[in-house]
Amino acid sequence: MIFLWGANARENHPIFFHHVLKGINHGTRLYVVDPRRTSSAQWADVWLGLNVGADIALANAMAREIIHAGLANTAFIEHSTEGFEAYRALVEPYTLEVAQRITGVPADVIREAAHTYARADRAIICWTLGITEHHNATDNVLALINLALVTGHVGRYGSGLNPLRGQNNVQGGGDMGAIPNKLVGFQDVLDDEIRGRFDRAWNVTLQPNYGWTVTEMLQAMDRGELTSLYCIGENPAQSEADQHHAEQLLRDLDHLVVQDIFLTKTAELADVVLPATASWCEAEGTVTNSERRVQRVRKALEPPGDARDELWIISQVARRLGHDWGTPNAEQVWDEVREMAPDMFGGMTYRRLEELDGIQWPCPNEQDPGAQFLHARLWADPVGLPKAAFSLTEYEPPVELPDDEYPFTLTTGRRLDSYNTGVQTAGYTSPLRRGETLDIAPEDARRLDIGDGDLVRITSRRGSIVAPAHIDTSLRAGLVFMTFHFQDQVRVNLLTIDATDPRSGTAEFKACAVRVEPVRAPDEAPARALHRHSDPVLGD
Amino acid sequence: MDLKLLDVGPTDEEREAIDARLGPPASGWDGGERVAQRDAHVAFGGHSARARRNELLPALQAVQSRVGWISEGAFNYICARLDVPPADAWGVATFYALLATTPRPKRVLHVCDDICCRTRGARAVLERLEATHGAPHPRALGNGHVDLSDTDAVWLPSPCLGMCDEAPAALLTVAGEAPVERLVGGLTVDRALAMLEGRDNAENAARIPLPQRGQTGLRLLARIGVVDPERLDAYRASGGYQALRRAFELGREGVIREVLDSKLLGRGGAAFPAGRKWDAVARQPERPHYIICNADESEPGTFKDRVLMEGDPFALVEAMTIAAYATGCEQGFFYIRGEYPLAIERVQHAIDEARARGLLGDGILGQPFRFDIEVRKGAGAYICGEETAVFNSIEGFRGEPRNKPPFPVQAGLFGKPTVINNVETLANVPFIMLEGGPAFAKIGTAQSTGSKLFCVCGSVAAPGVYEVTFGATLRDLLTLAGGVTAGHTAQCILLGGAAGLFIRPDELDIALTFEGARAAKATLGSGVVMVFDETADMGDVLRRVAAFFRDESCGQCVPCRVGTVRQEEALHRLAVKKTRGSVADELALLDEIGVAMKDASICGLGQTAYSAVESAIKRCGIFDGRNAP
Repeated sequence: MIFLWGANARENHPIFFHHVLKGINHGTRLYVVDPRRTSSAQWADVWLGLNVGADIALANAMAREIIHAGLANTAFIEHSTEGFEAYRALVEPYTLEVAQRITGVPADVIREAAHTYARADRAIICWTLGITEHHNATDNVLALINLALVTGHVGRYGSGLNPLRGQNNVQGGGDMGAIPNKLVGFQDVLDDEIRGRFDRAWNVTLQPNYGWTVTEMLQAMDRGELTSLYCIGENPAQSEADQHHAEQLLRDLDHLVVQDIFLTKTAELADVVLPATASWCEAEGTVTNSERRVQRVRKALEPPGDARDELWIISQVARRLGHDWGTPNAEQVWDEVREMAPDMFGGMTYRRLEELDGIQWPCPNEQDPGAQFLHARLWADPVGLPKAAFSLTEYEPPVELPDDEYPFTLTTGRRLDSYNTGVQTAGYTSPLRRGETLDIAPEDARRLDIGDGDLVRITSRRGSIVAPAHIDTSLRAGLVFMTFHFQDQVRVNLLTIDATDPRSGTAEFKACAVRVEPVRAPDEAPARALHRHSDPVLGD
Repeated sequence: MDLKLLDVGPTDEEREAIDARLGPPASGWDGGERVAQRDAHVAFGGHSARARRNELLPALQAVQSRVGWISEGAFNYICARLDVPPADAWGVATFYALLATTPRPKRVLHVCDDICCRTRGARAVLERLEATHGAPHPRALGNGHVDLSDTDAVWLPSPCLGMCDEAPAALLTVAGEAPVERLVGGLTVDRALAMLEGRDNAENAARIPLPQRGQTGLRLLARIGVVDPERLDAYRASGGYQALRRAFELGREGVIREVLDSKLLGRGGAAFPAGRKWDAVARQPERPHYIICNADESEPGTFKDRVLMEGDPFALVEAMTIAAYATGCEQGFFYIRGEYPLAIERVQHAIDEARARGLLGDGILGQPFRFDIEVRKGAGAYICGEETAVFNSIEGFRGEPRNKPPFPVQAGLFGKPTVINNVETLANVPFIMLEGGPAFAKIGTAQSTGSKLFCVCGSVAAPGVYEVTFGATLRDLLTLAGGVTAGHTAQCILLGGAAGLFIRPDELDIALTFEGARAAKATLGSGVVMVFDETADMGDVLRRVAAFFRDESCGQCVPCRVGTVRQEEALHRLAVKKTRGSVADELALLDEIGVAMKDASICGLGQTAYSAVESAIKRCGIFDGRNAP
């Protein structure tokens, strides 16, 4: 069976979902956990439409039910995990009835889902931003990991946990150390031995400090501690929560450099813009996809105009900062990656990557075929150390809950035909695209006397915007939905809250409280401009 | 499935008809009313919803027979109920001639204009209807939503309705709460007008004319017109269900051995050994196994299966039960063409009676054996008689044939091992059980065992179904039927149906056995013997044959889709004497098209679409000395 938990893969991971559909055609059962009955949920055998942010309550109740029904994999728990007794005590109060009260999902449905998951021969849990765009993102993920540990659905072919990556190379960014606390190959910056190796190899002295996440950077800008920013392939002026604020912080920087293939809103604020290459066709290199498969990408086109290969740009910047790296090519850089993170990439020469159509890490030597799945060591005897630890995950509601003044929960997400802030997709027409809308349940629309296409004003404690309403049966009363694909027209992130998870740095895009009112006056220009903009016939 | 539904719902009438078939909806998510407490946090679907895909055609038929056509609202509702994309369902609905997707009056008279009826008086009826009620208009009154009154009616021409013994024929359908569906023979202009105008609902159409009725020595036809087809007790009193008892005594392997020994060959047209088919399915480890009785008898000129179903339905239920027992099936489908309302009614009644008396269901005759049969109605598609097209039709898809292999015995209905037998084939099974396979094999000739039903029609004195022991010649058969209609002489004879071929009147000594037909470069096909006398316009007949194949081609493979059109065009040019080049050029073109269709079509339809035309030209020489430039 497959659990899609907080993931609308049908629209947001369409290629991955294609593989899910193959499984479904072969009889795989699909369970979807999502507040909305998304197009993914419409493929599901069971849709569990929980309340926004109630994931931990659901997961804990499922675990309690699995334990009480005698379906826990006790052999795996004893052999491969630690901390089970504390976890058992933690989930004990999460009865099916309590979970029904918190999540809204009927107790018998939760029970059935728990039993199906525990009894499945193979089961995987896939999640994306529905789990991680919360103030308690890390706990949400750990709660799902707990479920896999209780049932032993991990470390075996066909079972496991899979955070779906939104892009072809999100995983690759992490692999290469483009995260605040790790060096290439997920090696901890605070580890003296590791840092020492890098110091020697690079002939520098690395600081024993973690860097900042994007959210922390914005906070540091606010405090005046971060004054210069070199931004590569990101558009924080439009992608961050509480957008007014984010934009002002970027304006107030002493120095902003943006390296991108488009002149984004962030680039418009920059002191220097470095035009870069489209990495999938204008440069050599590798990408790592959701299944940890490192694949070669090859240069097919010369970049236009003054655009330059990113390796060249970075080397030139380094040279001007006093470090002459020469002019390394992509393979030379990759060979250094293999040398510095041999346990993960050591066996992945360009030649082998080509011969094997990509290799899944870890691949420590040139005899190793790569790893189809991870954590097999948990089933080894003796078990590889460390044992897998249960985490004590308690349910916490979203920071902002609906009240009399802001009676709706706004949750945000994405649609099939648009991509993030629209930088790469707005230039293309789509027969499906209808521009930004406030999606609202028919019951609420009726109560507020809102018709399909009517303009509504959406107000949170942070801002207020206007958009046309779209009546959507996939929503229940009290829940409204918007995307952030059309920031130029409807700045949805003016509404969202900047509450963040302290451990992962992700913001709670999935839940904030808003008020919705019909706009009766005829002078609301922005939304009308939007309608024109999104017209597939007229185009932009 | 994420469905793209239109924002329009069903009318109360449509909803009622659909719910009567599918049961009420479970939630707001499958077409029911949206109820916040129930639907806000949970929905069920997926495999359980899609498993009902096979209810699609019955649901469409429910709307058709209630309303007379299927609106967008009805489509939306059916699709939501069954989790089928509307475009997909549209593809299915438009595949079938008896389903309308644009407004159509409730009362429709389908008048047969196929080759037998058109040479037996149908043309006069058609001309009169056109004069008084206008040209036929299947898509009827404009393309928008029009108000249809209950007294509106249309007539439509129809391919062969399987009533050639009583030609000309018509099918009357009146949609409504108590829908009327009746097949009428002996159609006159007055009767056609009365039915179209609502003065006659053909209530007394249930008589089966059978020239050999009650004669001794009949086997398959012994009970027809003699034993009440609606009473199980009458069937049992006439020897019914002794064969099933015998089958249980023989055991599964014993039954198959007897059928193998009987050398029974399939009577649907392909003449495949029935025992080998059963044996192959019985040996398949994959479960479940399915059995289908193929009663989509649509080959022009064929009506024997209708007579068996109308006249001796219990025997078919019993035979299917025996086959199911031998091959390990628990579920059977009886797929009957939609133009046979009385056969559908009688078979359904027989199944219900058998079930009520413990002869279907759990523990049949005290044995640890469970079996049941569901009747599935066709909706006007000749191609659904092709064995793999039946599977698709039952599963709720367009009735397009599948590529073989895999063969039905390996992967048939729902991808499972499937026995599919023609009605007449099954009708022989009780005899094999009671007489034993070797004894059965002694009847007829060495290679064609048992007896055979022939559909004798056209210009003969006494048209009808005739049963003869294999070995009789065509001359013997025509003598039985009283010879050519008095005062006329035969011009040519169609043997085997539209997919068979024409032979000359001087070839009457062909032995009516599989091997005899083969030796004469002919085929028994589905047992059609249709006589055309000197008054028949053979050019017109050939064009109708060509039009039939063009219309019934499913369009899936190019040789057939294009070839059947080109064939009809060439025949039309020959008929109106506007040939491209000489007549010989056109005949050469026809030949080339025919070879392409024969060699490259997926299924038998395209492979045989040229055979009747070819034989008429080459064997009967209908263009010889005529139409010469």
